[in-house]
Amino acid sequence: MSNLSEALKSGKFVVTAEIGPPKGVDIEEMLGDAELFRGRVDAINVTDQQSSVMRLGSLATCHLLKERGLEPVFQMTCRDRNRIALESDLLCAHVLGIENVLCLTGDYVSLGDHPEAKPVFDLDSVSLLETATLLQQGADLAGKELKGRPNFFLGAVVTPGADPLEPQIIKMEKKVRAGAQFFQTQAVYEPEEFERFVKEIKHLGVPVLVGIVLLKSAGMARFMNKNVAGVHVPDSFIEEIDRAENKREKSIEIAARLIKEMKDLCQGVHIMAIGWEKMVPRVLDAAGL
Amino acid sequence: MKTITEQKPFEEIGESLGEAKRVYLIGCGTCATMCATGGKSEVLKMKDRLDEIGKRVTGWMVIPTACDDLTREAVTENAEAIGQAEALLVMTCAFGVQTVARYTDKPVYPALNTLFIGKEDAPAHFSEVCIQCGNCVLGRTAGICPLTACPKGLLNGPCGGYKHGMCEVDPNRECAWVEIYNRLKRMDQLEKLSVLQPLKDHSKMAHPRHMSTGR
Repeated sequence: MSNLSEALKSGKFVVTAEIGPPKGVDIEEMLGDAELFRGRVDAINVTDQQSSVMRLGSLATCHLLKERGLEPVFQMTCRDRNRIALESDLLCAHVLGIENVLCLTGDYVSLGDHPEAKPVFDLDSVSLLETATLLQQGADLAGKELKGRPNFFLGAVVTPGADPLEPQIIKMEKKVRAGAQFFQTQAVYEPEEFERFVKEIKHLGVPVLVGIVLLKSAGMARFMNKNVAGVHVPDSFIEEIDRAENKREKSIEIAARLIKEMKDLCQGVHIMAIGWEKMVPRVLDAAGL
Repeated sequence: MKTITEQKPFEEIGESLGEAKRVYLIGCGTCATMCATGGKSEVLKMKDRLDEIGKRVTGWMVIPTACDDLTREAVTENAEAIGQAEALLVMTCAFGVQTVARYTDKPVYPALNTLFIGKEDAPAHFSEVCIQCGNCVLGRTAGICPLTACPKGLLNGPCGGYKHGMCEVDPNRECAWVEIYNRLKRMDQLEKLSVLQPLKDHSKMAHPRHMSTGR
């Protein structure tokens, strides 16, 4: 059983953090960031061509983490692979000892740096979860029997700030029925809104790790408010970070405050540092985790 | 439904004609006329531009419906002017270009790019209506096609990329799945959104597609 699954089962407040593989093959810094997380987080998410920008792959990176005794969460999107490749990569993950798989639809290609690439989307987040569940039962999408069954701890994502929220919750329910055992959320900056969301999904009985994106500047906050779906940074935070002389210290303080305010509403936190990975241990210190 | 076309950049047209000096022009009176890409006035404009780069247009015609079999007769009737040309420049959709190519041994070049099968929403504004997936889902999606209207062609509901109901890929357009959600809700059929959808059968979209009715 995966360490992440054990941790969630134990009832402790779980911590995950994200690393992004580099564009290229120099993995020193990325592995250094992962080392900073050692002993501080329960699992490390590895993004899959985040924002449709071509990079080193998630599967190989998860393997590198595993080799070093770190617990990876293999993020898989449906943007770049058809069902044959996705099924095969799920089998690959299993033989490499990678159990945690986060199933996502994936950003559209035009948002990244290869806008002329062919978008695949043969499966979507829901059918990818169904596929992984089927493989665990010993069969593939063609109905053929597998030689040996893989096992996974399957995760999915949800956007608590989606507007409208209801279709997002209906899809979350489908993800649970398709096999999702835990959820990590899009960035949340409004605890009251998150509380409303938690009430709406209580019946699902599935662990949720609230997403925290480190706020780097007022400019970043405004950019997210304008461009990132389901994310709203309140004006008070924007003013706070704008006035702060030391943006890094303020960013740590805001993240820690958000974690503390939402800690009792969910089962864990998922930190997306987006370049500020080195600050994650300090955020955890400040949040008392 | 019409075939929506756009004119290729003139430089590309010039390059494709290459050394050919004498050119015969063909337009279409149906979709390409409606799109203002291959009607009479566009054909005449093309004639002038070709003149400017030293080509000689041996003749031109606008076939009523270039994809129709009657194109064979149109080509035969104009055999003399076509015979004088070294190349045919066809200002129709790809179907028209292929039809013309079937009835002549001259090199045929497309002047247009065929974009999609669509409708005219507003004057000079066209949008796609169907990707011909071969497995219509409209009964499950309140008559709105997610394969066409959602950039990702999702079948199980919206991704996380809608903001205030608008699509992340094109913020000027409403998210197709939010639209489907709203319409299902109005029809009191929201339970349809909860159904785990079967996977798309891409074999129905494998090219080239053929169909016999057995009549």
